[in-house]
Amino acid sequence: MLRILGKIQRVGIVTEPLPAADEPALTEIGEQLKAKIGELFGGSLAIREVDAGSCNGCELEIQALNNPWYGIEHYGVHFVASPRHADMLLVTGPVSRHMEEALRRTLAATPEPRLVIAVGACGADGGEFGESYASRGAVANVIPVDAVIRGCPPTPLDLMRGILEAIRVR
Amino acid sequence: MTPNPLFAPFLDHLAQAGLHVESVAVHGLAPTQVLTLPAEEWGRLGQEAKGWGCRWAAGWGEDMGAEMDPQGGKTIRIHACFEKGGAYLLARTTIPRTHPILPSHTPSYPAADRPERHTQDLFGVAFTDHPDARRWTRHQAWKSSEYPLRRDFPAAGHPPAATSADYQYKFLAAQGGGVYEIPVGPVHAGIIEPGHFRFQAVGETVLHLEEHLGYTHKGIEKIAEGRDAQGLARLAGRVSGDSTVAHAWAACMAMERAAELTPPPRATWLRALMCERERVANHLGDIGAIANDVGFAFSFYQFGRLRESWQRASFDAFGHRFMMDRIVPGGVAVDLEPQFMAPLREEVTALRKQVNKLMAMVYDSPSLTNRLLGAGVLAPEQAAALGCMGYVGRASSLDFDVRRNAPYPPYDQLQVKGVLHHTGDVNARMRVRHEEIIASLDLIEALLAGLPGGPVGSEWQAPIAGSEGLGIVEGWRGEIISYARFGDDGRIARFFPRDPSWTTWPALEVLIHDNIVPDFPVCNKSVNGSYSGQDL
Repeated sequence: MLRILGKIQRVGIVTEPLPAADEPALTEIGEQLKAKIGELFGGSLAIREVDAGSCNGCELEIQALNNPWYGIEHYGVHFVASPRHADMLLVTGPVSRHMEEALRRTLAATPEPRLVIAVGACGADGGEFGESYASRGAVANVIPVDAVIRGCPPTPLDLMRGILEAIRVR
Repeated sequence: MTPNPLFAPFLDHLAQAGLHVESVAVHGLAPTQVLTLPAEEWGRLGQEAKGWGCRWAAGWGEDMGAEMDPQGGKTIRIHACFEKGGAYLLARTTIPRTHPILPSHTPSYPAADRPERHTQDLFGVAFTDHPDARRWTRHQAWKSSEYPLRRDFPAAGHPPAATSADYQYKFLAAQGGGVYEIPVGPVHAGIIEPGHFRFQAVGETVLHLEEHLGYTHKGIEKIAEGRDAQGLARLAGRVSGDSTVAHAWAACMAMERAAELTPPPRATWLRALMCERERVANHLGDIGAIANDVGFAFSFYQFGRLRESWQRASFDAFGHRFMMDRIVPGGVAVDLEPQFMAPLREEVTALRKQVNKLMAMVYDSPSLTNRLLGAGVLAPEQAAALGCMGYVGRASSLDFDVRRNAPYPPYDQLQVKGVLHHTGDVNARMRVRHEEIIASLDLIEALLAGLPGGPVGSEWQAPIAGSEGLGIVEGWRGEIISYARFGDDGRIARFFPRDPSWTTWPALEVLIHDNIVPDFPVCNKSVNGSYSGQDL
């Protein structure tokens, strides 16, 4: 136990300040996000992630938002297990036909007000898989989408920007 | 071409047993031994191969149209790939499309179960003595009378306007006092892929688990058809996002062998460098996640931190956090610039130290190891029966690694340290990951030290129609087998990638038996099958 505490102390906090040079407005958006989350979602934005047919690349980067580098909970954002607790769906694609109805039902289980973000090249427009006998392609072909975060896969920073943007616009 | 000498005694044995096997020379498939035999002897081949001690590695079909029959009859060709002692054997038979019936390999090899049902669903082939005639990959997106991988089925298909949820899949039902059922998925609680698990439990104990996968089936094999080589490499890199390097490598190796193209040495060394980096990244993530699934958050955050900085270094050196689309037909898309050599070397030294320190704490935490030791045991004989390899096999005494047993450049010039454990539990699968990280770090040092100069790609030359190739590499989950055959104009006629997950998903059903339901997440994570890689 002592060794664990020692390690924690030595490593310290690695969460990095959002890179100012890369996106000067990001810290500002972060503050606005906090404010907006306070206004619209009672101080905490709950996200339910739905893999609707992805190759799992997007999931890895969404998971990375929870690692200590990004620590997205600092902004009041957390991922929840049930769509009934969610304010936002983060949906990766392409939407396989075998996941189509599950995606619809997940949306139906998400209370309003809610936001739907299509994530990744495939979620945005079908990406490398497109539409076929097995794939519906873009998330928007199946459920209404409020915002899109592109990238194959989008980096954690892309995802953070996209989530902040979607809420700011709202 | 002379037959692979390792299989010569087996071929003699088959002939003596009265099977009409014929050894065939196919340049792109070498050194794999290729043989053909009549369809009615297919089942007996399975029995004989089993008796000979072969592992059933992969199986797939292909609609050959009228290509195989001088009389113009349409046929379906069925492949089964076996492995023994690092040598591969590819058996083939053809059946008429009007009467697509074939004996099954499943009675001899449980590993053939789902692959044969996949072939059944997508080609309409009936495996006569298959013990389980249920569909596998098909849900409700196409009719039972439609076969998407037949040539007359358009890629767009004839889907309903909206596909309903799957229904009427006949799960095994258990009856009796105190038995209850837990349906889980397809949408799971975490940020993970979709699939369905049906548990039968008594109290907290799992009596039986049945998987129902196929939710992420997105027609990869069908949409591969008609692509050029570059397009296929991109698609292969998205068979399973966490294995983008390994799948792209296997697919490119298959295409290059078909085209009789040898990538320059620097390209293969860079491929291996990226592949080892991919292995390290995934193992780091998995060790953290295994610990997290039993509530040991310390490990989750520490390994998450290491994984993140590792991925950032991949981005710096190769321009992508997963090194996606960096392996292309003929070589690699980006060279490693000299200024990254020193940081990559330093990173290896630092990571080795960090991982060993952290793992010492993990092994020294009784509250953690108490949950991992003895959980989710896969006995060596169970793992062998299911054809497991990769870290799942190596945690259960199965010492197979393509890099060592069937080495391909550059591993033929490198020492790959073997990692083997015997207890087959969650703890063993975690230990294998730890030791494989260290082995990969040694390899990365050797790859950086010996990195040859020269070009990083050969110009792609599309092969003639009918050329085929097999790419076999050791991805981070284990052996990946990729088959590619070209049609006209350098376009792909058939692509089949066999992810290792085909063998480890059935293992999860076995190893969870008699464990408690709350240990399912950690058992599942210790196996970490790819849904996308098996659903295709």
